[in-house]
Amino acid sequence: MTPKLLQVVREDGGIEAALEPKLSEGQLRELYKYMLMVRMMDERGMLLQRQGRLGFYISAEGQEAVHVGAGYAMEPDDWYYAHYRDPGVALMRGVSFQQVFHQLYGNAEDAIHGRQMPNHFSWKEQNVVSLSSPLATQIVQATGTAYGLKYRKDRRVVMASFGDGSTSEPDFHAGLNFAGVWKVPVVFLCNNNQWAISVPMSKQTASEGIAVKAIAYGMEGIRVDGNDVLAVYRAAKEAVDRARAGQGPTLIEAVTYRMGPHSSSDDASRYTPKEELEAWRRKDPLVRFEAYLERKGFWDAAWVEQLREGLKNDLQEAVKRAEAVPKPPLSSMFQDVFAEETPQLRAQREDLKRTHPEVE
Amino acid sequence: MAGRELTLVQSVTDALRAEMRNDDSIIVLGEDVGANGGVFRATDGLQKEFGEERVLDTPLSENGIIGTAIGMALYGLKAVPEIQFLDFIYPGFDQIVNELAKFRYRSGGQYTPNVTIRAPYGGGIKGGHYHSQSTEAYFAHTAGLKVVVPSNPYDTKGLLIASIRDPDPVMFLEPKRIYRAIKAEVPEEAYTVPIGKAAVAQEGEQVTVVAYGAMLHVALQAAQKAKEKGVSCEVLDLRTLVPLDEDTFLTSVKKTGRLVVVHEAQRTAGFGAELAAIAAEKAIDSLEAPIVRVAGFDTPFPYTLENLYLPDVPRVMDAIQRVVGY
Repeated sequence: MTPKLLQVVREDGGIEAALEPKLSEGQLRELYKYMLMVRMMDERGMLLQRQGRLGFYISAEGQEAVHVGAGYAMEPDDWYYAHYRDPGVALMRGVSFQQVFHQLYGNAEDAIHGRQMPNHFSWKEQNVVSLSSPLATQIVQATGTAYGLKYRKDRRVVMASFGDGSTSEPDFHAGLNFAGVWKVPVVFLCNNNQWAISVPMSKQTASEGIAVKAIAYGMEGIRVDGNDVLAVYRAAKEAVDRARAGQGPTLIEAVTYRMGPHSSSDDASRYTPKEELEAWRRKDPLVRFEAYLERKGFWDAAWVEQLREGLKNDLQEAVKRAEAVPKPPLSSMFQDVFAEETPQLRAQREDLKRTHPEVE
Repeated sequence: MAGRELTLVQSVTDALRAEMRNDDSIIVLGEDVGANGGVFRATDGLQKEFGEERVLDTPLSENGIIGTAIGMALYGLKAVPEIQFLDFIYPGFDQIVNELAKFRYRSGGQYTPNVTIRAPYGGGIKGGHYHSQSTEAYFAHTAGLKVVVPSNPYDTKGLLIASIRDPDPVMFLEPKRIYRAIKAEVPEEAYTVPIGKAAVAQEGEQVTVVAYGAMLHVALQAAQKAKEKGVSCEVLDLRTLVPLDEDTFLTSVKKTGRLVVVHEAQRTAGFGAELAAIAAEKAIDSLEAPIVRVAGFDTPFPYTLENLYLPDVPRVMDAIQRVVGY
């Protein structure tokens, strides 16, 4: 029952020409650029955390091809319900490193006023929905938004992104079940990175992978090589097109690997077999795509050098500026609880002033 | 202003119908709310009038109902999910307390889901533990949620419409024990009763008796008995727990100098504890007797003995006499 793994660029670099998506050289380079942006941003984020300059960081190292490929298959105004290991969709929609680093530092320029841990973004202008730490909650919300789109005959679609651990949560079941019954325009993107912190897939589910679960919800399940950005793009494009055409939801399982720890607070060497990690490192999605570009004759060392240099400077600048911005004002703690401040909140804010006169 | 006599549950339907006619962004969803009109008939006839797209029978899943309602609301619709019994809400608890209640705050005001969750609550219908709970304190303890509990048909319609129009998430808890116990005149058109405003249900001088929902009627009956014994009670109907109308509450407590709180929820850490604390913090100089709470017990809700569990007139009377005789 388990669907065959979709690959466009094989691990040996060979190409399934019949499956190759029709993308221009410029588009292919763009895909590479977004993956590189995520990789370099994550390297910087982890480094800053190790230096004690950032409180926390979550890296997507090894999983860049999943959300970059899927994100590229959507229109920029499609709804994206993110989790915490897919920052590339916001980046490709125009969120700057600067905006990201203001959030990571939780400073006064942070769009969400320092109210959430690093990597818990909210980018309304880019249609990337605010995310939380409890898992899978966004899956069922995505189905509700898709219902709204269908009700209003809005041509946009919704994509919800999550990990393999999330598929054990009740909200995964509810989200897919409701979507199947309602036949709404939503794509479920499972980033199967094999590990839910320290718990491997074998202890998460007895089913053969995740895609097979789609059958029970009356929708199509696609299993795709998550380290092959073109394969993910192809699968996601198919699913997005189907959703937009009113043909209902799809579950995509992108098989990938978390090459780093769960977060900066985790030590993956306690539980990850070294050989497994080494084997997956050889499948690094950026390396595979570089080889593809080379084979197509699109690899340009000077372009990549320039790209890296530019991104490095942008990151440096973003960090420098974010570190110089003060904390959000204390009064911001009391805002946005409700549309209007309640008498109780007003009294609590006033009370805090007695011991902390800096509260305005 | 055309009015007619409606029960409390008919007033729920009337509110939904009136507001849905005004606003096509309102979606009603839940278990059995469509063809069946809800197990209490609170949505009776709505699917027939507004169609299956706006009045949805969902799969049986509370986290699914609330989670999808949030998603609809993030898109800009106004979702009014029904949870069949408040006792069944817990699978959706995470979606309520961590998601719905927190979206505005955690997104810096970017995402503001307008969801009004309707749920019948409370005992007195021979429903046993799983059809009788009164767990408003969980929600009152959650930052980002408003909690509304009506006690009569007029307020029910006005408060429900106000809740749907309110940009914040609202827990709208319906006292199912009195769904059909009282009839009152309810205007046909849409109107609002403001959230955050308590009502003085009966003026009095010697004791303030605070209640909400079904217990208001027990409080009023006890006040009547007290009057026969020469004790004048002021009865407050809170109507909204969050945000609490502290002004009306404290004005009354300062006037009478005595406070009795009545709720059917279990005693420990119930909403009465909050009211007692506020009175102690802000009206201690006016208090002439200890505050007394008349509440459900710290037991699970019993089936056969529910009438002993629920505060009744003798228990409220006893409390009134204790504070007056102190």
